[in-house]
Amino acid sequence: MTAPIENLLRQAFPDARELNVVDRTGGGDHFQVSVVSPRFNGLSLVQQHRLVYDALAAPLDDGTIHELRITTRGET
Amino acid sequence: MSELREQIRETIEREPVIAFVKGTHQQAYCGNSERAMQALRSVGASFAAVDVLLDPAIRQELSALSNWPTIPQVFVGGELIGGADIVQELAASGELEAKLDEKLGGEWRNGGEERTVALSQSPNPFRVVP
Repeated sequence: MTAPIENLLRQAFPDARELNVVDRTGGGDHFQVSVVSPRFNGLSLVQQHRLVYDALAAPLDDGTIHELRITTRGET
Repeated sequence: MSELREQIRETIEREPVIAFVKGTHQQAYCGNSERAMQALRSVGASFAAVDVLLDPAIRQELSALSNWPTIPQVFVGGELIGGADIVQELAASGELEAKLDEKLGGEWRNGGEERTVALSQSPNPFRVVP
């Protein structure tokens, strides 16, 4: 169930050094995603999370993702 | 701008710390809303809460205004500082207090009452106008 989410994130962050998607409840709609990417360098956390929301706009809009927890880090 | 969106904007600008949540400050109906409010409490910040479950249009207009798709949303001094994950992260690192100081001065440390407000409610009579 995490593959479609992971694919969308890989497309958005092709240079991600770390990219993890966890189905928190096993129900296929509560996800924890973690992304470490140089694209986040210099951005505020709000800006970083907006990039993740943008990447996952489709599943967020159609209700595939009911709940999303996000952890992002730039690369140092 | 729709009337509701204008009311949301005014409320965000009026309240030093405001959390848009599912539920009220006393009873959250969503774990993330509860996490965001607990993070604010953990640094001693009182806040106003708005219950987005009262009307689906609130969430719609809020997200259009803030460019943030999910609930909760926490604003300090009129600025979106994040959802539950960010507010929790900032609280843990000490950056939340720094952000509150930066946006509000030390005033937020003087305490105050947690409360849930309606969007049309008149200004907080307890707010100290500098």
